[in-house]
Amino acid sequence: MSASPSYRMHFMMCAGTGCIASGSLDVKDALEKELAKRNLSDEVGITMTGCNGFCAMGPLVVVYPDGIFYNQVKPEHAPLIIEEHVLKGRVVESLLFKEEAAKTRVPLMKDIGFFGLQRLIVLRNRGLIDAENIDEYIARDGYAALAKALETMTPEEVIEEVKKSGLRGRGGGGFPTGLKWEECRRYDNFPKYTICNGDEGDPGAFMDRSVMEGDPHSVLEGMAISGYAIGAEQGYIYVRAEYPLAIQRLEKAIQDAREYGLLGKDILGSGFNFDIGIAPGAGAFVCGESTALMYSIEGKRGMPRIKPPRSAESGLWNQPTNLNNVETFANLNPLILHGGDWFASIGTEGSKGTKVFALTGAVGNVGLVEVPMGTTLKTLIFDIGGGIPKKRKFKAAQMGGPSGGCIPTNLIDVEIDYESLLGAGAMMGSGGVVVMDDATCMVDTARFFTEFSVDESCGKCIPCREGLKVMFEKLTDIVEGRGQEGDVEFLIDLGHHINSTSHCGLGKSAANPVLSTIRYFRDEYDAHIRDKHCPALVCPELIDFVVVEEKCKMCGLCYRNCPVQAITWEKKKVAHIDLNKCTKCRTCITNCRFGAIR
Amino acid sequence: MPKISIQDLKKIKERERSKMVLREGQFRAKVTVHMGTCGIAAGARDIMGVFRDQIAKHELMDVMLTNSGCAGLCAKEPMITVEIVDSAPVKYIQLTKDKALKIFEEHVLGGKPVEDYALAMGSETTAS
Repeated sequence: MSASPSYRMHFMMCAGTGCIASGSLDVKDALEKELAKRNLSDEVGITMTGCNGFCAMGPLVVVYPDGIFYNQVKPEHAPLIIEEHVLKGRVVESLLFKEEAAKTRVPLMKDIGFFGLQRLIVLRNRGLIDAENIDEYIARDGYAALAKALETMTPEEVIEEVKKSGLRGRGGGGFPTGLKWEECRRYDNFPKYTICNGDEGDPGAFMDRSVMEGDPHSVLEGMAISGYAIGAEQGYIYVRAEYPLAIQRLEKAIQDAREYGLLGKDILGSGFNFDIGIAPGAGAFVCGESTALMYSIEGKRGMPRIKPPRSAESGLWNQPTNLNNVETFANLNPLILHGGDWFASIGTEGSKGTKVFALTGAVGNVGLVEVPMGTTLKTLIFDIGGGIPKKRKFKAAQMGGPSGGCIPTNLIDVEIDYESLLGAGAMMGSGGVVVMDDATCMVDTARFFTEFSVDESCGKCIPCREGLKVMFEKLTDIVEGRGQEGDVEFLIDLGHHINSTSHCGLGKSAANPVLSTIRYFRDEYDAHIRDKHCPALVCPELIDFVVVEEKCKMCGLCYRNCPVQAITWEKKKVAHIDLNKCTKCRTCITNCRFGAIR
Repeated sequence: MPKISIQDLKKIKERERSKMVLREGQFRAKVTVHMGTCGIAAGARDIMGVFRDQIAKHELMDVMLTNSGCAGLCAKEPMITVEIVDSAPVKYIQLTKDKALKIFEEHVLGGKPVEDYALAMGSETTAS
């Protein structure tokens, strides 16, 4: 609960769909006005909460510290509540909730960690609207921000609001969005373009896909606002072709918005023209890099180019171009509607608002979560994610995909914030969080991400093209038992070279998975090289496939599951693996509950 | 469809908002099948089919069947949300055709949530 200690009283108001529809926001406004009128704003706070489950009785107001529960509150009740309850300390009997709601064993959404700890700004419409129905989007304040901007704000004021909000690029770079727009606005070389980067390529990331297919209009509205701010009349959404549902729903959304005149000429009678086209990408990771992406839209080979000039000056078809990520655009409707100050009140000193994460890997609640900046990784993985399944232990979380790094157990209290994560050797990235348990080999993981980067390197510059390949071969040597003393130092040296001499952002961070695993799990590298043993029992060449007699409980599970009958076992006897028959498939290891095979 | 003005935008909002609260006389129940890529992959289309067939079979005119995007909990798909007039929405997880049928009969027709398949009731906070 974010109650400020200086408040003597707190109103909790339900902001679930049901209560909002029955007018809880109007009640909130009325209460705020009434408090301000009586100079009580510093004494009484109002907080919006999740659904209480008593939607039929909404709007609901719970007054703390008393815990008084008022229902069916209307704006005109505000003076009564303030007068009686706040000033005179008397409960307003007529609005009291009568205890008759049927009790069920089903818990409330807000009491479930997964939902209760999230804060939805980007995903505000998730699961609530039909993505293909523009009216349902409008019902939840859709296009009201665009209307507000066009009707009451100049482009400069829009930029000022975005700057004030502290919104930073959600694609991973974290560049302040307002500054980007301001720079792009400065150039008066028309036409200008605004581009939405939907080329989500990190392994394990699906935030942007979910937004594009679940709430496509929020992206279109954000783009239109950016177009108005920078002076662009054309936008493009670059979506990877692997997201057919996202493309289909964006196409429908664009068509519907055009029919309503929310895209096209003279939007909402304001004189502002703006339209959006979709540019499907063919699935090259490097095309998520801004300059490569623009070449790809132009029909050229997707390769990053040297900056400057920055895209804001000379981007798509050498015209001034603004490029933001899907999630950045989806933030704009609430940001403009509620203002930059509101947005800046959420999050940490340097990172404002929320961040959407795709939780994957060894975690209970694989899914999509949105949390305020400043939430700890521990909360994200354990309280929201439900912890590590199968009673295994948390080992590390890979954040930021192949450009990021891993965060080990002892740093799990790190706050989610652009700077804190960089300090921990990872990065915010686009929001993929791959959770790894103690059955994960960190050398193998580093090798996996390096292999990904080798495959996806565009080949333009040598450190990335050749350096990563050498790095991958060295890692392969280590996991296959050919590692030598000095290999780790070589990898560190090579990694620093790749990161410091590569040309684009992808190459500059491609060695991060290797460098961060070495930083935190050096002992695992050493075990692979010196002992020729994989401590996590993942790398087949570095496992002995021998049953440890003291640990074996003689249960026979390995014997029953071995697909090639390489294990001999009898009741009350320690199992034995015949290495001549063993194919090193690791089935026995995954089945043994006692860790008796090494 | 003619182009809309800012006033029209507000009218659409009011009109749609009133639809979002279920009322006696209009729709009595609303079933939302969560159909993001994750839901569809886990079998949401089949679940949608069960409700579509049952609504047709019972010739119900007061049950709204609609779809929406990913509800966030991809690991527990297919998911649906069932809302009956004057009560909180209930989210169901990890559905099969049989479970969907039971939910249709007991919750949509009978008005009583199937506790065994339900994850939670209520909705998330989404406003400022």
